[in-house]
Amino acid sequence: MPNLSMTVNGKAVQGEVEARTLLVQFLRENLDLTGTHVGCDTSQCGACVVHVNGAAMKSCTMLAMQAEGAEVTTIEGLADGDTLHPMQEAFRNNHGLQCGFCTPGMVMSAIDLVNRNPNPSEEEIRDGLEGNICRCTGYHNIVKSVAEAARVMGS
Amino acid sequence: MYDFNYHKPSSSNAAASAVAGADDGKFLAGGQTLLPTMKQRLAMPSDLVDLAGCDLSGVRVDGDNLVIGAMTTHDAVATSAEVQAHIPGLAALAAGIGDQQVRNRGTIGGSVANNDPAADYPAACLALGATIHTDRRTITAEDFFTGMFDTALDEGELITAIAFPKPAACAYQKFPNPASRYALVGVMVAKTGGGVRVAVTGAGENGVFRAAEIEAALGANFSADAAAGAAVSADGLNSDLHASAEYRAHLVGVMASRAVAAC
Ligand SMILES: Cc1cc2nc3c(=O)[nH]c(=O)nc-3n(C[C@H](O)[C@H](O)[C@H](O)COP(=O)(O)OP(=O)(O)OC[C@H]3O[C@@H](n4cnc5c(N)ncnc54)[C@H](O)[C@@H]3O)c2cc1C
Ligand code: FES
Ligand code: FES
Repeated sequence: MPNLSMTVNGKAVQGEVEARTLLVQFLRENLDLTGTHVGCDTSQCGACVVHVNGAAMKSCTMLAMQAEGAEVTTIEGLADGDTLHPMQEAFRNNHGLQCGFCTPGMVMSAIDLVNRNPNPSEEEIRDGLEGNICRCTGYHNIVKSVAEAARVMGS
Repeated sequence: MYDFNYHKPSSSNAAASAVAGADDGKFLAGGQTLLPTMKQRLAMPSDLVDLAGCDLSGVRVDGDNLVIGAMTTHDAVATSAEVQAHIPGLAALAAGIGDQQVRNRGTIGGSVANNDPAADYPAACLALGATIHTDRRTITAEDFFTGMFDTALDEGELITAIAFPKPAACAYQKFPNPASRYALVGVMVAKTGGGVRVAVTGAGENGVFRAAEIEAALGANFSADAAAGAAVSADGLNSDLHASAEYRAHLVGVMASRAVAAC
Protein backbone atom coordinates (compact mmCIF):
# COMPACT_ATOMS: atom_id res chain seq x y z
CA MET A 1 0.00 0.00 0.00
CA PRO A 2 1.24 3.50 -0.82
CA ASN A 3 2.73 5.67 1.91
CA LEU A 4 1.35 9.09 2.44
CA SER A 5 2.45 12.19 4.29
CA MET A 6 0.89 15.61 4.62
CA THR A 7 0.39 18.38 7.15
CA VAL A 8 -3.00 18.43 8.86
CA ASN A 9 -3.92 21.35 11.10
CA GLY A 10 -0.25 22.26 11.35
CA LYS A 11 0.98 18.78 12.33
CA ALA A 12 2.95 16.45 10.10
CA VAL A 13 1.06 13.17 9.67
CA GLN A 14 1.69 10.03 7.73
CA GLY A 15 -0.02 6.79 6.98
CA GLU A 16 -0.29 3.80 4.75
CA VAL A 17 -3.43 3.80 2.65
CA GLU A 18 -5.02 1.98 -0.25
CA ALA A 19 -4.82 4.07 -3.41
CA ARG A 20 -8.60 4.33 -3.42
CA THR A 21 -8.75 5.90 0.06
CA LEU A 22 -10.52 9.24 -0.13
CA LEU A 23 -9.10 12.22 1.70
CA VAL A 24 -12.20 12.32 3.92
CA GLN A 25 -11.68 8.68 4.90
CA PHE A 26 -8.06 9.33 5.75
CA LEU A 27 -9.03 12.28 7.94
CA ARG A 28 -11.90 10.53 9.70
CA GLU A 29 -10.66 6.96 9.94
CA ASN A 30 -6.88 7.22 10.14
CA LEU A 31 -6.62 10.52 12.00
CA ASP A 32 -9.92 10.40 13.98
CA LEU A 33 -10.76 13.90 12.79
CA THR A 34 -14.49 13.24 12.59
CA GLY A 35 -15.50 16.89 12.40
CA THR A 36 -15.38 16.61 8.62
CA HIS A 37 -18.68 14.99 7.62
CA VAL A 38 -19.85 12.85 4.73
CA GLY A 39 -23.33 13.91 3.67
CA CYS A 40 -23.81 12.61 0.16
CA ASP A 41 -20.54 11.04 -1.00
CA THR A 42 -21.53 12.22 -4.50
CA SER A 43 -19.82 15.65 -4.62
CA GLN A 44 -23.04 17.57 -4.14
CA CYS A 45 -23.54 18.63 -0.52
CA GLY A 46 -20.28 20.16 0.72
CA ALA A 47 -20.44 18.61 4.23
CA CYS A 48 -16.92 17.26 3.62
CA VAL A 49 -15.24 20.54 2.66
CA VAL A 50 -11.72 21.09 4.00
CA HIS A 51 -8.96 23.44 2.91
CA VAL A 52 -6.13 22.02 0.84
CA ASN A 53 -3.29 24.53 0.50
CA GLY A 54 -5.77 27.21 1.54
CA ALA A 55 -8.56 26.46 -0.94
CA ALA A 56 -11.92 24.82 -0.16
CA MET A 57 -12.28 21.35 -1.63
CA LYS A 58 -14.70 18.46 -1.30
CA SER A 59 -12.66 15.84 0.53
CA CYS A 60 -15.04 13.08 -0.64
CA THR A 61 -14.02 13.84 -4.22
CA MET A 62 -10.30 13.72 -3.73
CA LEU A 63 -7.96 10.81 -3.13
CA ALA A 64 -5.87 10.99 -0.01
CA MET A 65 -2.88 10.49 -2.34
CA GLN A 66 -3.80 13.71 -4.17
CA ALA A 67 -3.12 15.57 -0.92
CA GLU A 68 0.38 14.12 -0.58
CA GLY A 69 2.67 16.89 0.66
CA ALA A 70 -0.22 19.35 1.05
CA GLU A 71 -1.27 21.55 3.96
CA VAL A 72 -4.76 20.46 4.99
CA THR A 73 -6.97 22.36 7.42
CA THR A 74 -10.12 20.83 8.87
CA ILE A 75 -12.77 22.30 11.16
CA GLU A 76 -10.72 21.04 14.13
CA GLY A 77 -7.84 23.26 13.08
CA LEU A 78 -9.67 26.61 13.16
CA ALA A 79 -9.99 27.52 16.82
CA ASP A 80 -7.06 29.00 18.69
CA GLY A 81 -7.25 27.13 21.99
CA ASP A 82 -10.58 28.15 23.51
CA THR A 83 -11.02 31.06 21.13
CA LEU A 84 -13.22 30.16 18.19
CA HIS A 85 -12.39 31.34 14.68
CA PRO A 86 -14.48 34.45 13.85
CA MET A 87 -16.48 32.38 11.36
CA GLN A 88 -17.34 29.78 14.03
CA GLU A 89 -18.17 32.55 16.50
CA ALA A 90 -20.46 34.23 13.95
CA PHE A 91 -22.34 30.97 13.28
CA ARG A 92 -22.88 30.69 17.03
CA ASN A 93 -24.00 34.31 17.45
CA ASN A 94 -26.43 34.22 14.56
CA HIS A 95 -27.95 30.78 15.06
CA GLY A 96 -26.35 29.76 11.77
CA LEU A 97 -26.96 26.09 12.46
CA GLN A 98 -29.63 23.75 13.68
CA CYS A 99 -28.63 20.08 13.54
CA GLY A 100 -25.06 21.08 12.71
CA PHE A 101 -24.42 18.38 10.14
CA CYS A 102 -23.61 20.77 7.30
CA THR A 103 -21.82 23.25 9.57
CA PRO A 104 -18.18 22.13 9.32
CA GLY A 105 -18.37 22.27 5.52
CA MET A 106 -20.28 25.55 5.59
CA VAL A 107 -17.69 27.15 7.86
CA MET A 108 -14.74 25.93 5.77
CA SER A 109 -16.39 27.08 2.51
CA ALA A 110 -17.37 30.41 4.06
CA ILE A 111 -13.79 31.12 5.16
CA ASP A 112 -12.53 30.47 1.61
CA LEU A 113 -15.31 32.75 0.33
CA VAL A 114 -14.30 35.62 2.64
CA ASN A 115 -10.61 35.09 1.90
CA ARG A 116 -11.38 35.57 -1.80
CA ASN A 117 -13.86 38.37 -1.34
CA PRO A 118 -13.37 40.18 1.99
CA ASN A 119 -16.52 42.26 1.61
CA PRO A 120 -19.16 40.03 0.02
CA SER A 121 -22.71 41.18 -0.71
CA GLU A 122 -25.64 38.98 0.34
CA GLU A 123 -25.95 37.76 -3.23
CA GLU A 124 -22.25 36.92 -3.40
CA ILE A 125 -22.52 34.95 -0.16
CA ARG A 126 -25.49 32.96 -1.45
CA ASP A 127 -23.71 32.37 -4.73
CA GLY A 128 -20.45 31.42 -3.04
CA LEU A 129 -22.15 28.79 -0.88
CA GLU A 130 -23.76 27.11 -3.89
CA GLY A 131 -21.77 23.94 -3.23
CA ASN A 132 -23.03 23.55 0.35
CA ILE A 133 -26.45 22.16 1.12
CA CYS A 134 -28.26 22.65 4.45
CA ARG A 135 -31.46 20.78 5.17
CA CYS A 136 -32.39 22.71 8.32
CA THR A 137 -31.80 26.43 8.42
CA GLY A 138 -33.26 27.81 5.21
CA TYR A 139 -29.86 29.54 4.79
CA HIS A 140 -30.90 33.00 6.07
CA ASN A 141 -28.95 32.78 9.32
CA ILE A 142 -26.00 31.18 7.56
CA VAL A 143 -25.84 34.17 5.23
CA LYS A 144 -26.06 36.53 8.22
CA SER A 145 -23.28 34.61 9.97
CA VAL A 146 -20.96 34.87 6.98
CA ALA A 147 -21.65 38.59 6.60
CA GLU A 148 -20.85 39.19 10.28
CA ALA A 149 -17.70 37.08 10.14
CA ALA A 150 -16.54 38.99 7.05
CA ARG A 151 -16.83 42.25 9.01
CA VAL A 152 -14.90 40.82 11.96
CA MET A 153 -12.24 39.14 9.79
CA GLY A 154 -11.71 42.42 7.91
CA SER A 155 -11.25 44.53 11.03
CA MET B 1 -14.72 2.26 -5.76
CA TYR B 2 -12.48 -0.66 -6.69
CA ASP B 3 -8.83 -0.32 -5.83
CA PHE B 4 -6.27 0.59 -8.49
CA ASN B 5 -2.59 1.44 -8.80
CA TYR B 6 -1.80 5.11 -8.31
CA HIS B 7 1.02 6.82 -10.18
CA LYS B 8 2.20 10.40 -10.02
CA PRO B 9 4.81 10.94 -12.72
CA SER B 10 6.67 14.22 -13.09
CA SER B 11 6.43 14.71 -16.85
CA SER B 12 3.78 14.32 -19.51
CA ASN B 13 5.97 11.79 -21.36
CA ALA B 14 6.16 9.64 -18.26
CA ALA B 15 2.39 10.02 -17.76
CA ALA B 16 1.66 8.87 -21.30
CA SER B 17 4.00 5.87 -20.88
CA ALA B 18 2.39 4.95 -17.56
CA VAL B 19 -1.07 4.86 -19.15
CA ALA B 20 0.25 2.99 -22.19
CA GLY B 21 1.92 0.41 -19.95
CA ALA B 22 -1.17 -0.27 -17.81
CA ASP B 23 -3.94 -2.82 -18.41
CA ASP B 24 -6.61 -0.17 -18.33
CA GLY B 25 -4.94 3.09 -17.35
CA LYS B 26 -6.59 6.47 -17.09
CA PHE B 27 -5.33 9.99 -16.55
CA LEU B 28 -6.48 11.68 -13.35
CA ALA B 29 -6.83 15.46 -13.52
CA GLY B 30 -9.10 17.22 -10.98
CA GLY B 31 -11.04 14.01 -10.38
CA GLN B 32 -14.35 15.90 -10.20
CA THR B 33 -15.89 13.66 -12.85
CA LEU B 34 -13.68 10.59 -12.77
CA LEU B 35 -13.84 9.89 -9.01
CA PRO B 36 -17.66 10.10 -8.79
CA THR B 37 -17.83 7.80 -11.85
CA MET B 38 -15.46 5.32 -10.19
CA LYS B 39 -17.47 5.40 -6.96
CA GLN B 40 -20.48 4.32 -8.99
CA ARG B 41 -18.33 1.65 -10.59
CA LEU B 42 -19.15 3.04 -14.01
CA ALA B 43 -15.37 3.22 -14.51
CA MET B 44 -12.96 0.64 -13.08
CA PRO B 45 -9.49 1.56 -14.28
CA SER B 46 -6.59 -0.66 -13.22
CA ASP B 47 -4.27 2.36 -12.92
CA LEU B 48 -4.74 6.05 -12.33
CA VAL B 49 -2.01 8.38 -13.56
CA ASP B 50 -2.22 11.69 -11.69
CA LEU B 51 -1.23 14.61 -13.93
CA ALA B 52 -0.70 17.02 -11.03
CA GLY B 53 3.09 16.73 -11.17
CA CYS B 54 3.42 17.14 -14.95
CA ASP B 55 3.72 20.91 -15.16
CA LEU B 56 0.66 21.24 -17.38
CA SER B 57 -1.03 24.20 -15.75
CA GLY B 58 -0.86 27.88 -16.52
CA VAL B 59 -2.04 30.50 -18.99
CA ARG B 60 0.16 32.22 -21.57
CA VAL B 61 -0.34 34.56 -24.47
CA ASP B 62 1.17 33.33 -27.72
CA GLY B 63 0.62 35.91 -30.47
CA ASP B 64 -3.10 35.99 -31.19
CA ASN B 65 -3.77 32.96 -29.01
CA LEU B 66 -4.38 32.41 -25.37
CA VAL B 67 -2.90 29.04 -24.49
CA ILE B 68 -4.26 27.34 -21.40
CA GLY B 69 -2.50 24.28 -19.98
CA ALA B 70 -4.65 21.17 -19.57
CA MET B 71 -4.28 21.08 -15.77
CA THR B 72 -5.33 24.70 -15.26
CA THR B 73 -8.24 24.70 -12.84
CA HIS B 74 -11.56 26.39 -13.59
CA ASP B 75 -10.80 28.79 -10.73
CA ALA B 76 -7.39 29.67 -12.18
CA VAL B 77 -8.99 30.43 -15.57
CA ALA B 78 -11.76 32.47 -13.92
CA THR B 79 -9.29 34.59 -11.95
CA SER B 80 -6.43 34.81 -14.48
CA ALA B 81 -5.52 38.40 -15.35
CA GLU B 82 -4.56 37.25 -18.89
CA VAL B 83 -7.86 35.50 -19.53
CA GLN B 84 -9.81 38.44 -18.09
CA ALA B 85 -7.88 40.86 -20.29
CA HIS B 86 -7.94 38.93 -23.57
CA ILE B 87 -11.10 36.76 -23.46
CA PRO B 88 -13.24 38.00 -20.56
CA GLY B 89 -16.17 35.87 -21.78
CA LEU B 90 -14.05 32.74 -21.17
CA ALA B 91 -13.13 33.84 -17.63
CA ALA B 92 -16.82 34.42 -16.92
CA LEU B 93 -17.71 30.98 -18.31
CA ALA B 94 -15.14 29.33 -16.03
CA ALA B 95 -16.49 31.28 -13.04
CA GLY B 96 -19.92 29.75 -13.65
CA ILE B 97 -18.87 26.09 -13.69
CA GLY B 98 -20.32 24.07 -10.80
CA ASP B 99 -19.44 25.57 -7.44
CA GLN B 100 -16.28 27.05 -5.90
CA GLN B 101 -15.03 23.71 -4.57
CA VAL B 102 -15.44 22.07 -7.98
CA ARG B 103 -13.70 25.04 -9.62
CA ASN B 104 -10.81 24.71 -7.18
CA ARG B 105 -10.05 21.21 -8.47
CA GLY B 106 -11.67 20.64 -11.87
CA THR B 107 -9.50 21.34 -14.91
CA ILE B 108 -10.05 22.50 -18.47
CA GLY B 109 -8.29 19.42 -19.89
CA GLY B 110 -10.49 17.08 -17.87
CA SER B 111 -13.64 18.88 -18.91
CA VAL B 112 -12.76 18.89 -22.59
CA ALA B 113 -11.59 15.24 -22.55
CA ASN B 114 -14.79 14.19 -20.84
CA ASN B 115 -17.05 16.07 -23.32
CA ASP B 116 -20.12 15.91 -21.13
CA PRO B 117 -23.01 17.02 -23.36
CA ALA B 118 -23.95 19.61 -20.71
CA ALA B 119 -20.44 20.87 -19.93
CA ASP B 120 -19.56 24.53 -20.47
CA TYR B 121 -16.05 24.52 -21.98
CA PRO B 122 -16.96 22.65 -25.18
CA ALA B 123 -19.18 25.60 -26.17
CA ALA B 124 -16.24 27.98 -25.74
CA CYS B 125 -13.88 25.74 -27.72
CA LEU B 126 -16.28 25.45 -30.63
CA ALA B 127 -17.44 29.09 -30.69
CA LEU B 128 -13.92 30.49 -30.43
CA GLY B 129 -12.41 27.99 -32.89
CA ALA B 130 -9.97 26.59 -30.32
CA THR B 131 -7.29 24.03 -31.06
CA ILE B 132 -6.73 21.08 -28.73
CA HIS B 133 -3.03 20.25 -28.32
CA THR B 134 -2.17 16.67 -27.40
CA ASP B 135 1.07 14.79 -26.90
CA ARG B 136 0.71 13.57 -30.50
CA ARG B 137 -0.94 16.30 -32.63
CA THR B 138 -3.25 19.31 -32.71
CA ILE B 139 -6.97 18.88 -33.29
CA THR B 140 -9.47 21.63 -34.16
CA ALA B 141 -12.53 21.88 -31.91
CA GLU B 142 -14.70 21.04 -34.93
CA ASP B 143 -12.95 17.68 -35.29
CA PHE B 144 -12.46 17.08 -31.58
CA PHE B 145 -16.01 16.84 -30.19
CA THR B 146 -17.41 13.78 -31.92
CA GLY B 147 -20.52 13.01 -29.86
CA MET B 148 -21.87 12.58 -26.37
CA PHE B 149 -18.92 11.84 -24.03
CA ASP B 150 -16.96 11.09 -27.18
CA THR B 151 -13.90 12.85 -28.59
CA ALA B 152 -11.29 12.38 -31.30
CA LEU B 153 -8.71 11.39 -28.65
CA ASP B 154 -7.11 8.01 -29.26
CA GLU B 155 -6.51 5.51 -26.50
CA GLY B 156 -3.99 6.98 -24.05
CA GLU B 157 -3.69 10.32 -25.88
CA LEU B 158 -2.95 13.19 -23.50
CA ILE B 159 -4.31 16.72 -23.84
CA THR B 160 -1.51 19.12 -22.99
CA ALA B 161 -3.11 22.51 -23.69
CA ILE B 162 -5.94 24.31 -25.43
CA ALA B 163 -5.27 27.35 -27.62
CA PHE B 164 -8.04 29.93 -27.98
CA PRO B 165 -7.70 32.58 -30.73
CA LYS B 166 -8.64 35.96 -29.25
CA PRO B 167 -12.05 37.04 -30.57
CA ALA B 168 -13.22 40.62 -31.18
CA ALA B 169 -15.89 39.90 -28.55
CA CYS B 170 -17.60 36.93 -26.98
CA ALA B 171 -20.03 36.06 -24.20
CA TYR B 172 -21.50 32.91 -22.73
CA GLN B 173 -24.92 32.56 -21.15
CA LYS B 174 -26.24 29.44 -19.54
CA PHE B 175 -29.54 28.38 -18.13
CA PRO B 176 -28.28 26.14 -15.35
CA ASN B 177 -30.13 23.10 -14.13
CA PRO B 178 -30.90 24.36 -10.61
CA ALA B 179 -29.84 21.09 -8.97
CA SER B 180 -26.68 20.12 -10.86
CA ARG B 181 -25.64 23.56 -12.16
CA TYR B 182 -24.71 21.96 -15.48
CA ALA B 183 -26.15 23.71 -18.52
CA LEU B 184 -29.72 22.87 -19.45
CA VAL B 185 -28.76 25.08 -22.37
CA GLY B 186 -25.60 27.16 -22.69
CA VAL B 187 -24.71 29.37 -25.64
CA MET B 188 -21.41 31.03 -26.50
CA VAL B 189 -21.57 33.79 -29.11
CA ALA B 190 -18.24 34.97 -30.56
CA LYS B 191 -17.31 37.62 -33.11
CA THR B 192 -14.23 36.13 -34.72
CA GLY B 193 -12.06 36.71 -37.78
CA GLY B 194 -14.11 33.98 -39.44
CA GLY B 195 -17.45 35.72 -38.76
CA VAL B 196 -19.98 35.23 -35.99
CA ARG B 197 -19.87 31.79 -34.39
CA VAL B 198 -22.53 30.44 -32.06
CA ALA B 199 -22.01 27.18 -30.14
CA VAL B 200 -24.65 25.45 -28.05
CA THR B 201 -24.11 23.02 -25.20
CA GLY B 202 -26.61 21.14 -23.02
CA ALA B 203 -29.17 20.83 -25.78
CA GLY B 204 -27.87 18.56 -28.55
CA GLU B 205 -28.34 14.79 -28.66
CA ASN B 206 -24.76 14.55 -29.88
CA GLY B 207 -23.31 17.15 -27.55
CA VAL B 208 -22.05 20.59 -28.49
CA PHE B 209 -22.98 21.99 -31.92
CA ARG B 210 -22.98 25.25 -33.90
CA ALA B 211 -26.35 26.93 -34.44
CA ALA B 212 -26.29 27.74 -38.16
CA GLU B 213 -29.65 29.59 -38.09
CA ILE B 214 -28.47 32.00 -35.40
CA GLU B 215 -25.04 32.46 -36.99
CA ALA B 216 -26.73 33.48 -40.27
CA ALA B 217 -29.10 35.87 -38.51
CA LEU B 218 -26.29 37.47 -36.50
CA GLY B 219 -24.01 37.66 -39.56
CA ALA B 220 -26.66 39.86 -41.22
CA ASN B 221 -27.57 41.86 -38.12
CA PHE B 222 -25.60 41.48 -34.89
CA SER B 223 -28.38 42.24 -32.42
CA ALA B 224 -30.13 40.53 -29.53
CA ASP B 225 -33.43 40.70 -31.44
CA ALA B 226 -31.95 38.97 -34.47
CA ALA B 227 -30.70 36.11 -32.25
CA ALA B 228 -34.03 35.76 -30.49
CA GLY B 229 -35.90 35.85 -33.82
CA ALA B 230 -33.91 33.09 -35.53
CA ALA B 231 -36.05 29.96 -35.39
CA VAL B 232 -34.07 27.04 -33.91
CA SER B 233 -35.36 23.59 -34.82
CA ALA B 234 -36.07 21.10 -32.03
CA ASP B 235 -34.86 18.25 -34.26
CA GLY B 236 -31.83 16.56 -32.76
CA LEU B 237 -32.27 18.24 -29.37
CA ASN B 238 -32.57 16.36 -26.08
CA SER B 239 -35.84 15.65 -24.33
CA ASP B 240 -35.55 14.45 -20.76
CA LEU B 241 -37.17 14.99 -17.38
CA HIS B 242 -35.58 18.43 -17.13
CA ALA B 243 -36.83 19.91 -20.40
CA SER B 244 -38.44 18.95 -23.70
CA ALA B 245 -36.64 19.44 -27.02
CA GLU B 246 -39.04 22.29 -27.89
CA TYR B 247 -38.29 24.08 -24.63
CA ARG B 248 -34.57 23.66 -25.18
CA ALA B 249 -34.91 25.03 -28.73
CA HIS B 250 -36.64 28.08 -27.30
CA LEU B 251 -33.94 28.51 -24.64
CA VAL B 252 -31.21 28.42 -27.30
CA GLY B 253 -32.66 31.59 -28.84
CA VAL B 254 -33.09 33.26 -25.45
CA MET B 255 -29.56 32.43 -24.27
CA ALA B 256 -28.10 33.52 -27.63
CA SER B 257 -29.86 36.87 -27.45
CA ARG B 258 -28.64 37.40 -23.87
CA ALA B 259 -25.13 36.49 -24.96
CA VAL B 260 -25.27 39.02 -27.82
CA ALA B 261 -26.47 41.67 -25.37
CA ALA B 262 -23.51 40.81 -23.11
CA CYS B 263 -20.91 40.92 -25.94
C1 LIG C 1 -21.02 19.15 -8.24
C2 LIG C 1 -20.43 19.29 -9.62
C3 LIG C 1 -20.92 20.27 -10.48
C4 LIG C 1 -20.37 20.43 -11.75
N1 LIG C 1 -20.89 21.39 -12.56
C5 LIG C 1 -20.38 21.58 -13.79
C6 LIG C 1 -20.87 22.60 -14.65
O1 LIG C 1 -21.75 23.40 -14.29
N2 LIG C 1 -20.31 22.73 -15.88
C7 LIG C 1 -19.30 21.92 -16.31
O2 LIG C 1 -18.83 22.08 -17.43
N3 LIG C 1 -18.80 20.94 -15.52
C8 LIG C 1 -19.32 20.76 -14.27
N4 LIG C 1 -18.79 19.77 -13.47
C9 LIG C 1 -17.70 18.92 -13.99
C10 LIG C 1 -16.34 19.57 -13.68
O3 LIG C 1 -16.17 20.71 -14.50
C11 LIG C 1 -15.16 18.61 -13.89
O4 LIG C 1 -14.08 19.25 -13.29
C12 LIG C 1 -14.77 18.29 -15.31
O5 LIG C 1 -15.81 17.79 -16.06
C13 LIG C 1 -13.68 17.22 -15.35
O6 LIG C 1 -12.47 17.79 -15.06
P1 LIG C 1 -11.46 17.12 -14.05
O7 LIG C 1 -10.23 17.92 -14.12
O8 LIG C 1 -12.10 17.01 -12.73
O9 LIG C 1 -11.19 15.71 -14.74
P2 LIG C 1 -11.17 14.22 -14.19
O10 LIG C 1 -12.43 13.92 -13.48
O11 LIG C 1 -9.91 13.97 -13.47
O12 LIG C 1 -11.12 13.44 -15.58
C14 LIG C 1 -12.23 13.38 -16.46
C15 LIG C 1 -11.88 12.50 -17.67
O13 LIG C 1 -10.95 13.15 -18.52
C16 LIG C 1 -9.75 12.39 -18.66
N5 LIG C 1 -8.66 13.36 -18.66
C17 LIG C 1 -8.41 14.28 -17.69
N6 LIG C 1 -7.38 15.09 -18.05
C18 LIG C 1 -6.97 14.65 -19.29
C19 LIG C 1 -5.95 15.09 -20.19
N7 LIG C 1 -5.16 16.13 -19.91
N8 LIG C 1 -5.82 14.41 -21.36
C20 LIG C 1 -6.63 13.38 -21.66
N9 LIG C 1 -7.62 12.93 -20.85
C21 LIG C 1 -7.78 13.56 -19.69
C22 LIG C 1 -9.74 11.44 -17.49
O14 LIG C 1 -9.02 10.27 -17.77
C23 LIG C 1 -11.22 11.17 -17.30
O15 LIG C 1 -11.67 10.21 -18.21
C24 LIG C 1 -19.31 19.58 -12.18
C25 LIG C 1 -18.80 18.60 -11.33
C26 LIG C 1 -19.34 18.45 -10.06
C27 LIG C 1 -18.79 17.40 -9.15
S1 FES D 1 -19.97 14.36 1.21
FE1 FES D 1 -18.62 15.40 -0.11
S2 FES D 1 -19.92 16.70 -1.20
FE2 FES D 1 -21.34 15.60 0.04
S1 FES E 1 -27.94 22.72 10.18
FE1 FES E 1 -28.80 20.80 9.71
S2 FES E 1 -28.10 20.48 7.67
FE2 FES E 1 -27.52 22.50 8.04
